[in-house]
Amino acid sequence: MSEVLLAARNVSKQFPGVLANDDISVQLRPGRILALLGENGAGKSTLVNILFGMYRPDSGQVVIKDEVVDLHGPDDAISRGIGMVHQHFQLVPPMRVVENIVLGAEPSKRGLVDLAEARKRVVELSQRYGLEIDPDALVEDLPVGMQQRVEILKALYREADVLILDEPTGVLTPQEADHLLGVLRDLTETGLGIVFITHKLREVLAIADDIVVLRNGRVVGETTPAETNESGLAEMMVGRSVVLRVEKSAAEPTDVVLAVDELEVNDDRGHLAIDGLSFEVRAGEILGIAGVEGNGQRELVEAVTGLRHPLSGTMRINGEEVTNGSARGISKKGVAHIPEDREKHGVIAVYSLAENSVLNRYHRSPFSLRGILRRDVIDRHAEDVVEEFDVRTPSIAVAASSLSGGNKQKLIVGREFSDDIELLIAAQPTRGIDIGAIEFIHRRILEQRDKGAAVLLVSAELDEILGLSDRVAVLYDGKLMEILDAQDADRERVGLLMAGITQ
Amino acid sequence: MTARQKQMLYVGATLIVVMAWAFYTADGPQTTAVLAGTVRAATLLALGAMCGMIGERSGVVNIGIEGQFLLSAFAAFTIASMTGSLFLGTVAGVGMGLIMGWMLAAMAVGLKVDQIIAGTVLNIAALGLTSFFYDRSRSLGMGKYTNIDLGPLADIPLVGTVFFSRPPLTYLTMVLLVVVHVALFRSVWGMRTRAIGEHPGAADTVGIDVLKLRYINVTIAGGLAGLGGSYLALEAVGTFSRAMSGGRGFLALAVMIFGRRTPFGAYAAALFFGFTTALQNQFQLNNTFDIPPQFVGMLPFVVTIIVVALSGLIGSMRDPAALGQVYEKG
Amino acid sequence: MSRSLLRTIAIPLTAVVFGLLIGAVLILSQNASPVTAYSALVVGGLGDADSLLRTLQKATPLIFGGLAVAFAFKAGMFNIGGQGQLLVGAVFAAGVGFGVDGLPMVIHLPAALVAGALAGAVWGGIAGALKATTGAHEVIVTIMLNFVAGNLTDWLSANPWKDNSGNNIVARTPLVEDSATIPTLGAVPVGFILALLVAAACWFVLERTTYGFEVRSVGHNRNAAQYSGIKVGWIMASTMAVAGMLAGLGGAVESLGVDGRFEAGVNVGLGFEGITIALLARANPLGVIPAALLVGLMEAGASRMQFKAGVAPELIDVIQALILFFVAAPIIIRWVLRMRADNSEQLQLGAGWGKS
Repeated sequence: MSEVLLAARNVSKQFPGVLANDDISVQLRPGRILALLGENGAGKSTLVNILFGMYRPDSGQVVIKDEVVDLHGPDDAISRGIGMVHQHFQLVPPMRVVENIVLGAEPSKRGLVDLAEARKRVVELSQRYGLEIDPDALVEDLPVGMQQRVEILKALYREADVLILDEPTGVLTPQEADHLLGVLRDLTETGLGIVFITHKLREVLAIADDIVVLRNGRVVGETTPAETNESGLAEMMVGRSVVLRVEKSAAEPTDVVLAVDELEVNDDRGHLAIDGLSFEVRAGEILGIAGVEGNGQRELVEAVTGLRHPLSGTMRINGEEVTNGSARGISKKGVAHIPEDREKHGVIAVYSLAENSVLNRYHRSPFSLRGILRRDVIDRHAEDVVEEFDVRTPSIAVAASSLSGGNKQKLIVGREFSDDIELLIAAQPTRGIDIGAIEFIHRRILEQRDKGAAVLLVSAELDEILGLSDRVAVLYDGKLMEILDAQDADRERVGLLMAGITQ
Repeated sequence: MTARQKQMLYVGATLIVVMAWAFYTADGPQTTAVLAGTVRAATLLALGAMCGMIGERSGVVNIGIEGQFLLSAFAAFTIASMTGSLFLGTVAGVGMGLIMGWMLAAMAVGLKVDQIIAGTVLNIAALGLTSFFYDRSRSLGMGKYTNIDLGPLADIPLVGTVFFSRPPLTYLTMVLLVVVHVALFRSVWGMRTRAIGEHPGAADTVGIDVLKLRYINVTIAGGLAGLGGSYLALEAVGTFSRAMSGGRGFLALAVMIFGRRTPFGAYAAALFFGFTTALQNQFQLNNTFDIPPQFVGMLPFVVTIIVVALSGLIGSMRDPAALGQVYEKG
Repeated sequence: MSRSLLRTIAIPLTAVVFGLLIGAVLILSQNASPVTAYSALVVGGLGDADSLLRTLQKATPLIFGGLAVAFAFKAGMFNIGGQGQLLVGAVFAAGVGFGVDGLPMVIHLPAALVAGALAGAVWGGIAGALKATTGAHEVIVTIMLNFVAGNLTDWLSANPWKDNSGNNIVARTPLVEDSATIPTLGAVPVGFILALLVAAACWFVLERTTYGFEVRSVGHNRNAAQYSGIKVGWIMASTMAVAGMLAGLGGAVESLGVDGRFEAGVNVGLGFEGITIALLARANPLGVIPAALLVGLMEAGASRMQFKAGVAPELIDVIQALILFFVAAPIIIRWVLRMRADNSEQLQLGAGWGKS
């Protein structure tokens, strides 16, 4: 058995404008789990892509099984025993499990795929590692946890000695995540080494043997779970002591702003995504909707903001019925919306900051008059937003694409927050942004709540929900499992509800 | 295909067979003429559809099939006329198709030009070049490809004449249907091709060179369109005239969509389109109905619009997920 | 000239140069002299007042055709239907032009123009509406509609609207009434002036109005536009209708001006030229003007080129295809000119046939 299964030695990688990896050295031994911790943009993905052969390092070496190698591509890494389970699954949805697993390494006879042989091997593999799967199921029909299994089996099929997992628990319930961690532990018993990339401090402490913390492309800390704790890790990740939970005064909710009754909404494929939902949000409180992504959150948010028409049920804002209202009509009633996918829905990348700052209101005065845009008013407004919401940019005329994720989100928040808000709908408001911006946005959301807005917070980050919400509801399979008061909501209980388990 | 769909397919097929027999008994020569015309029109469309589907299943849109037909027909006709050999002409046509396929690949995959624009460039270039070099005085001294009877099969009433007494390129097309089907759905190449059209990232991470495979596929597919051009000039019509492709390169795309991007599905759709064309020709011959020829001429295009509109509504005709998108690594 | 303007025209200009260079090679292949050919081309288009007039007249429908493609581009749509939209615009304008008499020009001419514009709007609107409701890709629908329009206008000009005067057997409409003919102000073609005004109007609508903001938003990022409350389907349908209207107007100007009637088989191929012009202009309505003038120049000079140098006029089509290629593949030019890439110009239209 080799000493070192996989290592990076003084690896550096430069991209236009950013030094993604700066003289990084890490190593993985057989049978051990190495956790790579860092914020978005710390360089974790770049490093791992180098180890997997997707990129070549500008300097430094990659070592696989004690041997220095020069990888030409992923197939090179795969043939040397490196297997990768990607954060966004690299599976072909309309094809079957067995086809996905053998793709690129197909057993064949005279150029034709030998599916029978492939099936046999897959079944044997899944039994050996305790990862049950139906080889003929279509990947697109499988639940997320099962799809992840297919990704793992893909790597095992190619006789991987190392498994690299990139943010694997983002799409799982706490219980599924625990199960996954158990599976990984079992795999290490066979001598497999595991590299586990995450930004979740809790998981790192739960599973890692060795921890490496990256910040701004450099290694800033190497430790083990025994030697540190969550705040210690957070401090290493960010470089200063971090407030993990924002200070929050008690809520003083008043009138009901949003009232949803027996709402039913279909998804794009015509299946029922929201199945008879009823809840209320009052002015001055934050209702957090927890749940693993894919349980109807997107459809719920789109229904409430007027972007999707419900099948049945009613919605009322301040007593007025808005069930089939248009997006614009609903926003006129004082509804602000932070969309969950800022690149896709939140900003138009090629537009300037100025134009983006009025995406929600360009059609109203004072920004336009009789159909003609008033550029001077728009520019002034943009300057105000940039200043007040700390958006780091050289000017308001540059394209929004030049902003970092955190600054884009601040721009969006600034745009939405500039009026008096009756109802704020924040969907995954801090996904993929740095801790500094997260703090900022959390503070602003609480500020709105204290000013009397009703806040509906939808997030897959349980910590965010538990930290900000006054009441917590759990969405599972389109249904509201339960609504708890903040003090009654703990991880264990909410986690069970997220998996659909009621007591 | 679901059980229900299979059921409907059998019922439909039986109905067609029964009706064909009924018409044949009523008026043999006309029915035979119409059905033979159907196969004749379907062959070109099927070749174009197969060209389109190989590209599209790889994730690349090809709206330049029209130009490929045209320029290949021109090449086939010119070479056949110059050398006196239909065979060499056919080869020239296929060769021109491969060249144009390569050009589309170079533009769309290599230079990352928008695929629609790339296809449009092919069409405009083909029209311009064929008009520029067109020599009215040329002709096929030897005449076009003639029917080859497949032995006793050709003696079967109706079916024999329609399917088993055809010129060589028609047979070749039918053989290609099987070849392309097996290749797409049973071979290693086919599985990888389908993967890069649906999720190129997945293929990339298992070591498949997405761009190279797309390049190769689009080029080879061009060869099929080139065969279509050869067929048009040397078998169907027997000469070359300006803009002779007449929009059929675009109709082939509708056939491809309608046929769910599979060879046999496309052939069925092509037969349908071919049938409407053959029927309209027959009606014009007989002056059966007093419909102005221009309206009859509109029919295939209107049908195409309907097909394309429906395909958006019918979920099962959905496009390969990565269709039309430029693939960037990482 | 400012640096950014220089940068903007560098690629289109170089594309034209490359196209002409390769065209020169083709001319040599016909045993003719590129110098003779090209100088004849230029003289034929600019040499004297008559040539200049011809150039402006040729450029007029090209401006409209280019606008028809450019406007749709801004919404992220590819309008290849300029051909058909122009034809229906031309025939319906001619129909109103010859079919009604006794009206003063003040009413008749605008009415005929409007008829053509509306016909084009309907023709484009069909594709837009189908795209908005069924997701049917406008490329195929507009191409199909081109053929349908060809058949329809052929029939109209050969049957109910046929010119049965004298010994005419050609498929064409009668001459339009004087009250519907576009006048000339001295030697200046009013149609050209109209084209310039329409181009300026397009620019204004796109850059300064809320509607234009919505069109561009949909073109850049359909999803974000939807999330901002913009009715994406309506924008798509209306944009195609506007594009069709522009092409239809172009056809109307032809019928009521230079041609004086609608004749089947004339004005064919303008749709594809519109694409080249729109791409040369980088979809900027004002940029369409110089691009159209360039192509118009080539067309005006083509017959002189054939006369003087013996080169077939179809060479112009080939050169256009080459220019289109170089404009669409700017990487080649950038490499030659050592320019850096500019993300905003990347055009991405091809994305499947139906709703995905």
